[in-house]
Amino acid sequence: MTATNALSPRALRRARRRQSLSRSWAAYRSQKTGMWGLVLLGAIVVLAIATPVLIDASALSVTQATGGRMAPPSAEYPLGTDETGRSVLALTLWGSRLSLVIGLTATVVAIVIGTAVGVTSGHIGGWYGWIALRLSDWFMVLPSLVVAIALLAVLGRSMATTITVIALVSWPGTTRLVRAQTLTVQSRPYLERAKALGAGHWHQMTKHILPNVLPLVLASATLLVPSAILMESSLAWLGLGDPGVVSWGSILNRASENGAVSAHAWWYLLPPGLAILLVVLAFMLCGRALEAVFNPRLRGES
Amino acid sequence: MSSEEKTLTARDLRVEFGLPGGRVARAVDGVDLDVAPGEIVALAGESGCGKTTLARTLLGLERATGGTVAFDGVPLRYSTRALKAYRRQVQLVLQDPTGALNPRHTVYDAVAEGLRIHKIHDDEPGRVAEALSRAGLRPPEQFFLAYPHELSGGQRQRVVIAGALVLQPSLLVADEPVASLDASVRGEILSLLLRLKEEQGLGALVITHDLGLAWSIADRIAIMYLGRIVEQGPVEQVLTAPRHPYTRALVSVLPAAPAVKAAVAEPIVLAGELPDASKIPGGCRFRPRCQEVASGNAAAVLHQCSGEDLHVLGPEAEPHLVACHLDRALHGDAKMAA
Amino acid sequence: MLLEFKDLRVTYRGSRGRLPAVRGVDLAVDAGETLGIAGESGCGKSTLAMAVLRLLPKSAEVSGEILLDGEDLLQMGWGRLRAVRWTGASIVFQGAMHSLNAVQRIGRQIAEPILVHEAKTTPAAAARRAEALLERVGLPASRARSYPHELSGGQRQRVMIAMALACDPDLVIADEATTALDVMVQAQVLQLIAELVTERGVGLMMISHDLSVLSAVCDRAAVMYAGRIVEQGPAGEVFANARHPYSAALSAAFPVIGDPAARMSPGGLAGDPPDPVRLPEGCSFRPRCAVAVERCGAESPELLAVPVRGSAGVADAARVSACFVAQEGMPVVL
Repeated sequence: MTATNALSPRALRRARRRQSLSRSWAAYRSQKTGMWGLVLLGAIVVLAIATPVLIDASALSVTQATGGRMAPPSAEYPLGTDETGRSVLALTLWGSRLSLVIGLTATVVAIVIGTAVGVTSGHIGGWYGWIALRLSDWFMVLPSLVVAIALLAVLGRSMATTITVIALVSWPGTTRLVRAQTLTVQSRPYLERAKALGAGHWHQMTKHILPNVLPLVLASATLLVPSAILMESSLAWLGLGDPGVVSWGSILNRASENGAVSAHAWWYLLPPGLAILLVVLAFMLCGRALEAVFNPRLRGES
Repeated sequence: MSSEEKTLTARDLRVEFGLPGGRVARAVDGVDLDVAPGEIVALAGESGCGKTTLARTLLGLERATGGTVAFDGVPLRYSTRALKAYRRQVQLVLQDPTGALNPRHTVYDAVAEGLRIHKIHDDEPGRVAEALSRAGLRPPEQFFLAYPHELSGGQRQRVVIAGALVLQPSLLVADEPVASLDASVRGEILSLLLRLKEEQGLGALVITHDLGLAWSIADRIAIMYLGRIVEQGPVEQVLTAPRHPYTRALVSVLPAAPAVKAAVAEPIVLAGELPDASKIPGGCRFRPRCQEVASGNAAAVLHQCSGEDLHVLGPEAEPHLVACHLDRALHGDAKMAA
Repeated sequence: MLLEFKDLRVTYRGSRGRLPAVRGVDLAVDAGETLGIAGESGCGKSTLAMAVLRLLPKSAEVSGEILLDGEDLLQMGWGRLRAVRWTGASIVFQGAMHSLNAVQRIGRQIAEPILVHEAKTTPAAAARRAEALLERVGLPASRARSYPHELSGGQRQRVMIAMALACDPDLVIADEATTALDVMVQAQVLQLIAELVTERGVGLMMISHDLSVLSAVCDRAAVMYAGRIVEQGPAGEVFANARHPYSAALSAAFPVIGDPAARMSPGGLAGDPPDPVRLPEGCSFRPRCAVAVERCGAESPELLAVPVRGSAGVADAARVSACFVAQEGMPVVL
């Protein structure tokens, strides 16, 4: 502790945040697998962002394709071509953008809904809490693919629909986690103290419960992204994705529909499949490391 | 007494909880109590006697099922706004300072929390610094950035007290304020309460199971048994000349050095434990464990002990009041006179 | 001597470096004697208890000797140690709820050590003994069929005592055994402990932060501060007439009701116990001491016999104190 004369409360808060961030970062850095995951994830994200610079969007056009039909890898097409003669490398790289965007957006939507419902149902309780809990139970037990197929049939196939569907089946898990954590925080004496100081529900939820819940939410979010990407891929593979865009799932869907398996065109199947595997692995590694950082919540207090 | 300024008053206060199976626990079963600024009142009793429920009800954290809580002559209302205004005046200090502080908040934030809740924005750092130094954490700036886990137990309790003082309340309700602290640190926190009373006229209701603590700092003491106050009055009178059999037993079992022990009567160790609040005996609630009943001393009033409930003791500060049929037979009826 | 500590030192290896918890303790308990150990959290008193039963974590380095009936516990093989753990010495912990198995009837839990340590005993005989023990600690024998959650805190503590006595140990260690209990229940349990000590002639080592409790139950009391014993003597004397400023402060924390000196003046100490990693130079109590002299900052005082107030400077071998001021025969409180 150093003397901090004449510091404004805002400066104090900033200093405190810096301190706790650097502490968490130090704890994260000690997780070797987490660091590998972070490096892998960073590489994938950089590649996805840089794709438009590296490969022109015209490479995705069926009409402008120059390669042969399902040609094996060559100097011109390092990962071969698809049934219309497009470069599989180009498709995979462009597909990464869509897979990541859908995975992240769906996760954010699911997390926001899940956290809001979880915190309010845990904190307010009563009949509202009961209804919220039953609702999340109901969504949890719905078979996700069936819901997805039904919703897509009603709403039509588009990126927004895919995101909605994934978010809709993913939020109950977060709600459960957040609600359980809210209930633990709820029983802490510092909430009683806040109440006795005159704090309302809003203050209690935003100042005490959320800050204690968010680290866990963050950790679970990183684990939710890969499952969202997998789900997007499954939906696209089943032909339920947005037909107008290229994602890893849709590449696989087209590959299987056009007989890549019987043609032994492994270059058509492997790249998107491996890409999915790598992204999922990267997120998983990061998520596990974050969990280890945040879960022993009283870390360093003894 | 009750009309006096800034006094916290409870009249015939009752708090009942429904239990599974349709039983009802009468945690607080008729209590009259006054706490005025500038006085420290100790509320003593065993765990399960309802003292914590009483404190929570006085703070509006629990709804009374009967009777009234009033402050400054105004009955407590439970609307959000009324409670918020009330809580600027009457503040809580919890038993376990480690749990009472959010581990993610710095000392500054913990103390400033009350100001932020009540939207007092002028000179926040100054007010926080002042509250910390009043609570004995000096120089206050040195503690601003500290997290609770970096402090000792005594320092944490001071932070909790500073967090209450920052709103400049007239009264503190402290629930076992030193029970979780180390013996040598206890005295410091108690001295702090005493100093706040003497220098700033702060009143306090201190809930405790430790009669020694009452002897150290309290002006008045109320002994609670199964939801009722069974004896109350000035500390000197109640603790050195206890009249209720329960208080007598409590005082007699306090460990004391042999030299002192010789002067004190044989310890009266009551058999059994405090009954459930859902099974309060009829008549005098202490009768099943009463040593006077067991020894036959109370034979003359036994019919009253087993059949007649006692009056709720009044909140008057001065006379030493006792809820005991035997005492009434021996000393006359102080309650009726009042 | 039943139990003897000889220059016991325990150091924990932790993330902050080496943490000395016990720094050279010499103590002895005789059969039928009760020794109280007082001190605050972190002073090493619980480490002392755990060391006797070798229950310390792996990160602890132990040196010195702990002799139980002349046999060094620290050198014992595991088989011998297992036998000693119930029959030679047993322990009553503070948190009875956590020390009892929640899903087993208490009768079985009391009978378990009997069956483990006395191969000849039949389960029926062990159950009968468990019931007899329950009755001895003031619970009806029918309670043997109860589960821990059906008992109150005081009753659970009685069960813990019955368990500790199951194999007729020579030594019982009570680590804050009455701390969580209410005054009246504490009085009941203390009375029971005192009765059992006289009746069975066991040695009792009672650890508590409350010097007043020790003074009521124990023959002798030792006060620990920062891993060392700072004062030892007859328990009532140590409480009523401390010869170390720290014991004086501990006594003052539990005022005697009716004592006008304690009225409206809560005793206590400024500051906090020292960080064991960074102990102060000289006497480790000096930073909190009101009567410290120059010498206290330079040298660490030994535990020596001290003159007792009122006895005209004559040192009493039964009273030892590690305080230069007390050793000079000067008062230790202002």
